Parts: sequence; C-alpha cells; structure tokens
Amino acid sequence: MESIRDKVAIIGMGCTKFGELWEKGADDLIIEAAYEAYEDAGIDPNDIQAAWVGTVASGMMGECLSTPLKLRNIPVTHVENACATGHEALRNACFAVASGMYDIVLALGFEKLKDTGLGGLGIGRGLHPTLEMRRTAPGTFAFIATRYFHTYGLTPEQGKQTIAKIAVKNHHNGSLHPKAHFRREVTLEQVINAPIIAWPLGLFDCCPTTDGAAAAIVVPAAMAKKFREDPIYIKGIGLSSAQLLPHFRPNFGWTSFTVNKEASRQAYEQAGIKDPRKEISVACVHDCFTITELVIYEDLGFSPVGRAKEDVDAGTFTLEGELPIQSDGGLKSFGHPIGASGLRMTYETYKQLQGKCDVRQIKNARLGLSHTLGGPPQVSCVTIVGNSLG
Amino acid sequence: MIGIRSYGAYIPYYRLSRSEIAKTWGGPALPGEKAVANQDEDSITMAVEAAFDCTRGIDGANIDGLFFASTTSPYKEKQCSTIIATVLDMGKEIRTADFADCLRAGTTALRAALDAVKAGSARNILVTAADCRLAYPYSMLEQSLGDAAACFLIGDSDVAVEIEDCLSLSYEITDVWRTDEDDFVREWEERWVTMYGYSQNVEEAASAIMKRNGLTARDFAKAVIYGPDPRSHAALVRRLGFEENQVQDTLFATVGNTGTPSALLMLVAALEEAKAGDSILFASYGDGADAFILKVTEQIERIKERRGVKRHLASKALLSSYGKYLSFRNLVQLPPQASLRGTGSATIMWRTKNWVLSCHASKCRKCGLITYPIQRVCYGCQAKDDYDEISLSREKGTLFTFSLDNLASAGINPPIIQSVVRFQGATQFYCMMTDCEPNEVRVDMPVEMTLRRLHEGANFHNYFWKCRPPREGG
Repeated sequence: MESIRDKVAIIGMGCTKFGELWEKGADDLIIEAAYEAYEDAGIDPNDIQAAWVGTVASGMMGECLSTPLKLRNIPVTHVENACATGHEALRNACFAVASGMYDIVLALGFEKLKDTGLGGLGIGRGLHPTLEMRRTAPGTFAFIATRYFHTYGLTPEQGKQTIAKIAVKNHHNGSLHPKAHFRREVTLEQVINAPIIAWPLGLFDCCPTTDGAAAAIVVPAAMAKKFREDPIYIKGIGLSSAQLLPHFRPNFGWTSFTVNKEASRQAYEQAGIKDPRKEISVACVHDCFTITELVIYEDLGFSPVGRAKEDVDAGTFTLEGELPIQSDGGLKSFGHPIGASGLRMTYETYKQLQGKCDVRQIKNARLGLSHTLGGPPQVSCVTIVGNSLG
Repeated sequence: MIGIRSYGAYIPYYRLSRSEIAKTWGGPALPGEKAVANQDEDSITMAVEAAFDCTRGIDGANIDGLFFASTTSPYKEKQCSTIIATVLDMGKEIRTADFADCLRAGTTALRAALDAVKAGSARNILVTAADCRLAYPYSMLEQSLGDAAACFLIGDSDVAVEIEDCLSLSYEITDVWRTDEDDFVREWEERWVTMYGYSQNVEEAASAIMKRNGLTARDFAKAVIYGPDPRSHAALVRRLGFEENQVQDTLFATVGNTGTPSALLMLVAALEEAKAGDSILFASYGDGADAFILKVTEQIERIKERRGVKRHLASKALLSSYGKYLSFRNLVQLPPQASLRGTGSATIMWRTKNWVLSCHASKCRKCGLITYPIQRVCYGCQAKDDYDEISLSREKGTLFTFSLDNLASAGINPPIIQSVVRFQGATQFYCMMTDCEPNEVRVDMPVEMTLRRLHEGANFHNYFWKCRPPREGG
C-alpha cells in the first residue's frame, strides 16, 4: 500500500465568511469560496479538470457545483460522509490527482443550514420509523459527557467546568478570526450557567448552526511550485468508518471512538509521525460539542486516556500552549455547515503553514492536522498537511 | 378443573388528583385521584403491560390464544390482539380476537375463553382488557374515568381460581355510549342510568346465579361487583345482602372507573388478598350483565408475586397540573415540534416486527454476542446469518449513559430522557426513558423495557420500546 505523502499539494484555498447568512444562498457561498481559491491559486476556472463537491443536505449530484460555477462539462462528483463530508471531497480530489488522471482539480464543501426555520439541526427520525426517533446531536454527544464524567470520576460540576474551559479557549481564538460566525469571548461562568440544551451540555458547549463554504485547488506535488512559492503538501489522509450506530454497539464505552484512533493512526503512519503531540504544530479538530474535543485529545494521542482534563487545566491547547488546537476558533466559533467544515479546517492549517494568520499565527508551524468526526458518530477523517517536502 | 391460572394488572404511573380538575373548572371535587395513561400509552400498550404481569414465568409460546377487550381500541379496523400477541412472542398458530364496544367486553372475552377451554379447542387463553376513555372536559364524568388494564390466563391446569358457574344477561339500553363519530363518552340522566341500567341488571344477574346455585350472600368470602361510582355500588351490594367486609372496593378513589377492565381489576385486587377455599361472587355491567361464581384453590399462592393492583398502586407520581393531563390526551394542540411526526412505513414495520414489536436481539451462535436490533452479520465475529433470536422485552437492564434533552423535547418540559440501556453487561439499546422524573435519573440505575406508542407516521400507530425505572414489585 502506498502513502499519499508528498504526492499532491494544495495551491489555492477559499473560505466564505461563516454565519447566519440570510442574504446568501448556497450558490453565493459556492461562488465566493471557489473564486477566492481560483485567485489564491492564480488559475482560470477553465483550468479545472475535475471537481468533487461535498454537501449533506444542501444539494444533489455534481450539478449543485457545476451550475453556479458554470464548469464546462468536466466530471463532478457529489460526496457525502456526514460531518466528514468536506474532508471527503478533498480526500477524493487528492487521490484522483495522485492517480495521475488529473492535474488541476477542485474540492469544495458547502452547507446552507439557515433556510429551515429551525434553531438547531432539528430532531432526528432515523431511516427506520421508530429506531432512532428523536435522536439529536447534542443528546447523543451528551451521552459521552455523562459516561466520561462517570468513568473518570468527575462530578458533573467538575466535568462541566472542564469542558467549559474548552469553550472559553475556542471563543477566544474565534474572536481573532474575521471570518468566524462568533467573534465574541465568553467567560467560564457564562458557559457553565448557560441554558441546558441536552444535559450536561449547555448552550456554549454546542456549536452553532451556520452557513458557509470552503474550497481547495489540488495539483500534483511536482507541479505545485509552478503556481506558487509556498504550496502546502498533503502528508497523510486517514478515514475510518464504524460498523454500527454506537447507540446499539455492544460494549461501546461512550468515552472514546475507535474511528478517531484508526483515522489518526492511518494519517500518522502515512505522514511518518511518531509523537503527534510533539510533532504537530497546529490542529483543528471536530469540536461539534466541547465534550467531543475533550475525547478527541485522547483519541488522537495528544493526551493520556482519561487525563485530558490535566491538559485542559494546564492550557496545553491554547494559542500560546504546547499544541494549539482550534487556532481559528473551531466549530465553536465557525459553526458547522456540515459539508464545509473539513475544508474550513484545512483552510486554517493551510494559512497557518503559510504564515498568514496575523495575531493568531503560530510560530514555526510545519505540520497541521485537521479532523472531522461524523454521524452519531461513526466516521472520522484526519488530514495532515505540511509546508515542505520530505 | 377450568378457571384462572394467573392474573395480572396494569395501572399507569401517573395520577391526577380530582381536586386539580375541580381547581381548573370550579365546582366540587370528588375524593381521591384517577390513574392517567402517559401521553405515550394507549389501550394496547396497557394491555401488553398487564399481559406481561400475568405471564410472569410463563412462556408465551405455550399459550393458545389471546383476546383483547376494550371500548377504546386504537384501531377501528385492524386487530389489536395480534399486536399484543406478537409483543408477547406467542407465535403464529394461535387464535386471536378483539372484543369491543361494550364495558362488559372484558367478562364477555373471559366467558369466550372459558368456553374454548371447556370445549377442548384450546388449553389456555390469555384475556386482556384495557381502556383509556375520554370524558368531556368540565363534565363530572371527567373526574370519574381512569385508565388501566387487567389480564387473566384461563386454562385447564394449575387453576388458581375455579370458575364454577357463569350467567349472562343481554339488555338493550342507551345509558352510556359513543357513536362512531364521538370522541367523548355520553351519558343519559344519571338517576335513570343507575336505576334501570346498572343496578337492575347486575342485581338480576347476581341474584339469579346465586339462586341457581342455592347460595346466599353469606356463602361468599368476597363480592367483586363492578361499580360506576361508589354510591350506586354501595347501594347495590347492600341490596344483594353483602356486609361491608365482604365487599371488594371499586378502586374509584385510587384509579377511577376504568371501564372495560374495571371489574377485572377489582377481581385482581380481591385475589391478591384471597386464600384457598374462598368463594367469590363476581359481576360486571354493560348493555346487560355477566355474573360468575369463583372458588379459590391452593394454587393461588403460586401467583402472588404479580405486580397486580397493590404494587402498581404503590408506584406512582401525581401529575403537576390539569394542563399536563390535557396534553397527554391530545386535548390541546402543542407546537408542531413537540408532537413530532415520524416517518411511517407499513412494509418496514412488517419486515422488522421481530425486533420492533417482539424486542428480539440476535445472539451469535459462534461468539455469543447479543446485538439489538437483529444483525445478519455478527458485529463481534462477522459470522453471517448464524444467530438465534432472543427477546429483551422482559430483561432487566442498567442505564449506561443518559442525557436530559431539551432539543428533542422541543423545549417543552420535561426534557426527553435519552437513554442507553445495557443488558448483560454488553448489549446496548438506545431509547427514551418514560414514567420517570428527570431529576431521578442516574448512571447505572436499574431499568426495564416498556412498549409505548411513539408516533402516527403513515397514519397508523407506530409502537416501540422505551425504558423506565422498574415499577415496584420487580
């Protein structure tokens, strides 16, 4: 089995402002993300030879991309893999380029969530009429919080305090990013005392419902420097899918996700990473809920199992810390337009590795990791990028 | 010997104080409280509960038939006893029938079961009765009517209560009724209803059966006689010659008049206290009357571990308001999100009924892993189509993790209690918790499964399992 490492490069990226974009439709988001990416890459729209578009619920077929962008009869594929959809579009684009079939391709993810009349993602019904009736995203991720606190001996108060610190950190970082949905700092007290959405998770433990789109232009690594001096190379992409809804999975412990461990193991192996906590410069992970970020620290090998609280308390993952996580504010600040998120995270690691992040810039950033965790949850994708070959 | 092999009962967890109703409308309050089915319960789910109670320790596959009696059948066209029998895992080669439209339907079904066993066409038949009747809001009847279910297993062996004689009267009278277009029970003038309907008919049937057997009131340990209200009941049993200590309470003050199961529920309460050798006069009413003479045998001790009436009465919570009651019975319109309509599909529900209704999990023959719902390829060892089906419906579980979900409840209190239940330390079952106050929920608390009505997708009733803290009595 070959590795994707250093085979392909990203030469341009675009990302819309994220938020409740009442005045913009899905087509507007797609156009803004794509044209920023074209400009960043210095290419003409007609240079694109193939495209992959990711959306969960805002469009169908490749047509949802080719119509707004007027792509001229090139192959366009719609991919969907729950919250990993944006990453999945990038992943397929990278593998297509690595195969030698195409030289310049577009990966774009988008979601227009604010046209439903709902404050959240709504209440689940599942594919079966009764099996998952009334399942909600916060309700499911609250299962993790309840069991994690119980397993590792945290009182609900200690547990809530720990995950509240993650919300405070991410809101702080988001306040520094001009494209974030929320650009407001919050205090520990505000987070802890916020109205309960799904106990033990309160309002500030949950990411908002948001519109947005992000895009990347991918070329063979060998061609990258023809387009720009500072291309960003793909070092590894891992993807893992689980076999059964965790809710019904025998012996599932609700404190950790095998798909996270497996997706990161694949990506680390491809990238040649032995000690992720030391080697990775910046990470953008799937903080759909604050508790999710806590268990991701452990699943991705940043913190010892059951002891992520110690790193939270020590400030390990703040902008100034040992391994900054969510330097752009994460899903907490950007929200989660589902199909866009994986590419939005990659936009941040790409910009960090190019040294273009202003007050949020992490010194000597070399390797960036982005991670999505999708479904209830059943799929995980880890993408690692670097700013030099080798 | 032919008679009752086992009994069971079900009284919903929630009760509404009659003073709460009076407080809303003004006017006098009758004493006590009434049992109120939760918003996810109906006559089918309550009959299932009573049947599970009745068949504790009895394999459903060994029962030859199931009858369901109710005036509030959730279907006008479609059998309900088949649903209940499927939940009880009774198999296909059984006889099922619904007895409807009459408050006497419960004892009618009992007699039909008795006749079948007597004729030798069945060894035993389960008779369930349940009602969830609606009275007009603001009417006095609203304070009277309660919701409950009862169940008896009629058979020719291990008989705990021999049925020595029975007698039926048919009597045409429009005293209490609902047309096919009515939601609420109608009643003619109460004094006439009592005098010419209830009192006259029950007295006639009871007197006739006693006379036929050469018995008088003194020969009975207990008189279990249906009563629509305490006053007319007291007057009737007095006229029949019974002393106060012989008379089984109507359960009016604690449960209410529960309609079809009412007399049967009283009989369960009487049998909980009965001892071998007791004679019981048992009578019900509705467009005529049924009367029975019963004799308790020594087998009665064998079936005392039922939840029955006593334990169900002891396990309860008072509804906080009359408004809650209105919402439980769909008498007020809630925001659309609150009454979330699921997607429905008759074909999906038919294909998956083994795990939807019978609560079957797959147990891998290779590695032994038990997974719900049924998996054709084993989650543990990937063995294909190599499993046995086992039912989790009566299994005790523990609450592995939970959330009090305000989003799922559309912001309406109380929040939905999202639950992951574990069976035998490994098998996981995701469902909602019902009949529980959110502040009582704890990780690792014991829970049991209960069939509930989830939604009306595709314009039929979609039933599924929820968990709840065990009702008292294990």
